[in-house]
Amino acid sequence: MAQKKGGGSAKVADVADIQARDPLQAVLLADSFTQRFRPITLERPKVLLPLVNVPMIKYTLLWLESVGVEEVFVFCCAHAKQVTSYLENNGSFGSPSFKVTAIESNDSISAGDALRTIFERGVIKGDFVLISGDTVSNMSLTQALQEHKERRKKDPLAVMTMVIRQSKPSPITNQTRLGNDELVLVIDPESSQLLYYEEKAQHSRGVVSIDRTFLADRPAICIYNDKQDCFIDICSPEVLSLFTDNFDYQQLRRDFVKGLLMDEILGYKIFTHEIHSSYAARVDNFRSYDTIGKDILQRWTYPLLPDVLSNGNGLQVKVNRQGVYKASDVIQSRSAHIGPLSLVGEGTVIGDNSMIWNSVIGRGCTIGCNVSIENCYIWDSVTIQDKCKLRHAVVCDGVVLKTGAVLEPGVILSFKVIIGEGFVVPAYSKISLMTQPTKQDSDEELEYADSSTGAIDSPSSTGMENDSNGVFRSKSLDSPCWDASEVGVSGAGYLWLVGEGAHEEEWRQSVAPVPADKLKEFLRIHEDKKEVSSPTANVNPTSGESRHDSGSVDDDEDEKDDDAYFEREVEETFRRAVSDVPGVKLDNVILEVNALRLAYNMTVSDCAGALFHTVLKLGVESLSGTSRGLFLNAKEEIVKWKGLLKNYLQSEDDEVEVLLKFEEICLESLREYSPIFCSILQVLYDEEIVTEDAILKWASEKQGADESDKIFLKQCEGYIQTQKTAMFQTVTVS
Amino acid sequence: MPDVQASVNELISKLKRRQVEGSHATAKETAILLRTVVSQHRGPNANQASSFIDAVKAVGSQLITANPVELAVGNIVRRVLHIIREEDLSLATTGIGGLSVSAGSDDDDETDRNGRLMLSAASVAAASRSALRAPSLHTLLEDLPDQSGSHHTSSSGGDSEGKSKSADKNSKSWKLKQSVIEAINELIEDIDNCHAQIAEQALEHIHQNEVILTLGRSRTVRQFLCEAKKKRSFQVFVAEGAPRYQGHVLAKELVAKDLQTTVITDSAVFAMISRVNMVIVGAHAIMANGGIIAPVGLNMVALAAKRHAVPFVVVAGSHKLCPLYPHNPEVLLNDLKSPSDLLDFGEFSDCMDYGSGNGAPLLHVVNPTFDYVPPQLVSLFITDTGGHNPSYMYRLIADYYSADDLVVQQQRFASRK
Repeated sequence: MAQKKGGGSAKVADVADIQARDPLQAVLLADSFTQRFRPITLERPKVLLPLVNVPMIKYTLLWLESVGVEEVFVFCCAHAKQVTSYLENNGSFGSPSFKVTAIESNDSISAGDALRTIFERGVIKGDFVLISGDTVSNMSLTQALQEHKERRKKDPLAVMTMVIRQSKPSPITNQTRLGNDELVLVIDPESSQLLYYEEKAQHSRGVVSIDRTFLADRPAICIYNDKQDCFIDICSPEVLSLFTDNFDYQQLRRDFVKGLLMDEILGYKIFTHEIHSSYAARVDNFRSYDTIGKDILQRWTYPLLPDVLSNGNGLQVKVNRQGVYKASDVIQSRSAHIGPLSLVGEGTVIGDNSMIWNSVIGRGCTIGCNVSIENCYIWDSVTIQDKCKLRHAVVCDGVVLKTGAVLEPGVILSFKVIIGEGFVVPAYSKISLMTQPTKQDSDEELEYADSSTGAIDSPSSTGMENDSNGVFRSKSLDSPCWDASEVGVSGAGYLWLVGEGAHEEEWRQSVAPVPADKLKEFLRIHEDKKEVSSPTANVNPTSGESRHDSGSVDDDEDEKDDDAYFEREVEETFRRAVSDVPGVKLDNVILEVNALRLAYNMTVSDCAGALFHTVLKLGVESLSGTSRGLFLNAKEEIVKWKGLLKNYLQSEDDEVEVLLKFEEICLESLREYSPIFCSILQVLYDEEIVTEDAILKWASEKQGADESDKIFLKQCEGYIQTQKTAMFQTVTVS
Repeated sequence: MPDVQASVNELISKLKRRQVEGSHATAKETAILLRTVVSQHRGPNANQASSFIDAVKAVGSQLITANPVELAVGNIVRRVLHIIREEDLSLATTGIGGLSVSAGSDDDDETDRNGRLMLSAASVAAASRSALRAPSLHTLLEDLPDQSGSHHTSSSGGDSEGKSKSADKNSKSWKLKQSVIEAINELIEDIDNCHAQIAEQALEHIHQNEVILTLGRSRTVRQFLCEAKKKRSFQVFVAEGAPRYQGHVLAKELVAKDLQTTVITDSAVFAMISRVNMVIVGAHAIMANGGIIAPVGLNMVALAAKRHAVPFVVVAGSHKLCPLYPHNPEVLLNDLKSPSDLLDFGEFSDCMDYGSGNGAPLLHVVNPTFDYVPPQLVSLFITDTGGHNPSYMYRLIADYYSADDLVVQQQRFASRK
């Protein structure tokens, strides 16, 4: 604990230490190469989107500066112009020893391409930090860097150190709090070498197969599922050349890391560095945008906080009680309420009786009266008129919500969208002034559209020069042909359709929390799985009880349903009755069996079947060898217990049930009876346990069955025939 | 002044990133930076003092906003402004009176002042003094006969003097800069030496076989105790000062100096206070009303001390003396640090999953850095100028600061709007 306080001084030492050696370089990827933030990213690159009113790239650059990085290469791809102009305008990050260089490229479609381009430039000389421009962190790099360098000295094959931290995934939805899938890592606890990296997808849930060779030369390995990848890597220059050698590597994790781990010939190694007290996370989707935003407001990212970062541009943001951040010139009505963990930016006006909870509101917004805003991210210059209701939404610059508009959870409104009066935007809608690219290539993972929608890109970049705010004017503004069913009367914007496959991802990675019904569904699946996996525990006590005298019971009879238990219980009750007293009281047995019937929620015919089964078993037990003897025994038992059986055979259906049961017994548990099936049937009929009607019914039921099921039917075909004729005769006689 | 701007930016970013910690280090860095600002400043020869003041104010307000919690920055900025005004005035008086008064002459030089009183320029000098300072008791009595002669409001007095001076030669402006830099050097020296000067007084306060209680770690307290150890033997209780546990470090340092030390938890302070003879603590800042802003937990210690009538002594250098009142809305009393001091993020990450429920976080962790201890709980202040009562603080402030400079920041706001 004692080292923690030294954060500030440690960083200073850090800087001095590094300056003595090679200057530390960093590669910042200002493009995520995904489409998760569409449609917003059609108009502005992801790294410039405001996270708690500060562009994401600023967090990353400030962190890089504070850990002593001296030269940063910002790789821009989508909207490269915007990124470079941002860097030019905000280039002075304090100390002169911090140099930011932009590298533009228009034909890179993945992180792999980006790194190959950087390799071609030949600007990276030593170890470098590889980071994406949407990472928020306050960790100190000193220790990780030192570990990395020491490992490199010992083993030149240790090319990369990956920063990880603990974060428990939700047991119900199996996703982390950042909306990513659960991550499975296998790490050597001694050297902290990474052996296995798998983002668990939905389909492979619960099963991880690990190479046996991991344990061959190690005393132990640790398998984690509660770690989070911070996407901060310390790389050696070899990493760049590896990307060039393997031109098919596209993504950092899916291709590169897994590729290195699988590759046994080159033997490159990846190590991990776990951080505990400091913060590091990457904005990967809207869920993490929400989570990290709240972490910042809760001050986990100290000192990268709104009240510290806002100072540069004049007016001060102050923290009030309960984590309410307010700029000093906010005009707030006396009756308006700003709840916990909220931020209101400069120049914003809030009208009477409006309520704001857990939300971030940008600069220069106008919020009317009786508005309720809950868990929303509202960017700059947004107008929200009276009586609007917003929950869990992201609202970009320049949006206008007319009186009484409602945003349901998960809504994304891109730049300058207008929502008409009283219109209710359904949950998870995405609305933009840009049209959705019609042709969507699944392989294409660009942040911006390429040739097919390239027309969008060019007007927006010219628009930027005219518009000082960097807010884009799109060409389509001139042609107001909006659908009133999508954005309401006098609204503006196109509703984006969500692809079928993406629907699942939609609620998982939305700003809105997982809906309650989804959670319930997951909870149910979760519990079902539990039940399936643990029935053996339930079986054991009952089966153990019955083991002592059920030597004749085949093991395969261990069926795992209530029927089996019920049958056992009945059998035991019955046997107790048989063995205890020579002259058994029938009434007691009936009483007990009835009680069991109620306890297991069984029908009368089930009782009959169970009892009949037991009776036949008794016949087998007192066996004298031949089938003739068996028949006699069985007959004796049946006669002895017919009173009991008859008690449960109240209708014809019950009798049919018993016959079916008898058949089953002969086929499965007590095969001895199968040759004498017909004779036993005769006995049952003679003793008036089953009626002729029941037998006929059974026969007709069996008529349509498979050939294999008809063995017994055939066996007693003759008998049934006689029964039929007999019945016919009685009918004619009467 | 491009190179000055660079170093200003560097300090600003350091302050923002909270890389300079502690009021002592901040005060010193600020003073050094302001010295470069003054020495690099090339203003018009006419009205040089006010151009100095403008330059320092411009830089000062940037520094103050960079870390508004660190009150020492503002204190030093105001001290430097005061120095400029004072030097300007004393130069003006010497110009008129034809006297050579040493640049550093101050009110402690009683005989020199008495001598001046008899001369013809005496009335001007007295007027300038009263113009600079809020009338303090002894100046009132001493300068009574001359007071009626000249009525200047503080600001107009300084300006008119500056204008009268504008006719003077180039050497005069050079002299002003020189003397201001010298005075700032003295200030820096004062900041450096404050620990030693405070520690000198230790023997008067700590007696044989006493039990002293302190909380957290303060360099001033450490030196104070070590100084007393040279002559006396006594015991120290150190409350650990959660959540940063600086008390552990202090205990180590004290043991290295052969002091009998006992470490206790913060929550055990009340249980131990009845055995304690005196509480000695450091402070983050002393406010104008005599209240202090101090590491979190100290208000509790002060209340416990009050309850058992144990003297509560605060040791602090004069750079911590802040001319603002704690109820001033411009003063940021507290800094909320990262909750990671208290909790391990990973362990509690499942309590902070906003993906379920209604998305509102259920767990809040608050980690304030400071406490405000009201003046009625403080028994004594020991600064580098000696021991003072809390109620005397405003008097010290009147000596160190000029009333014009109290609102460095407010002016910037007004001009922006």
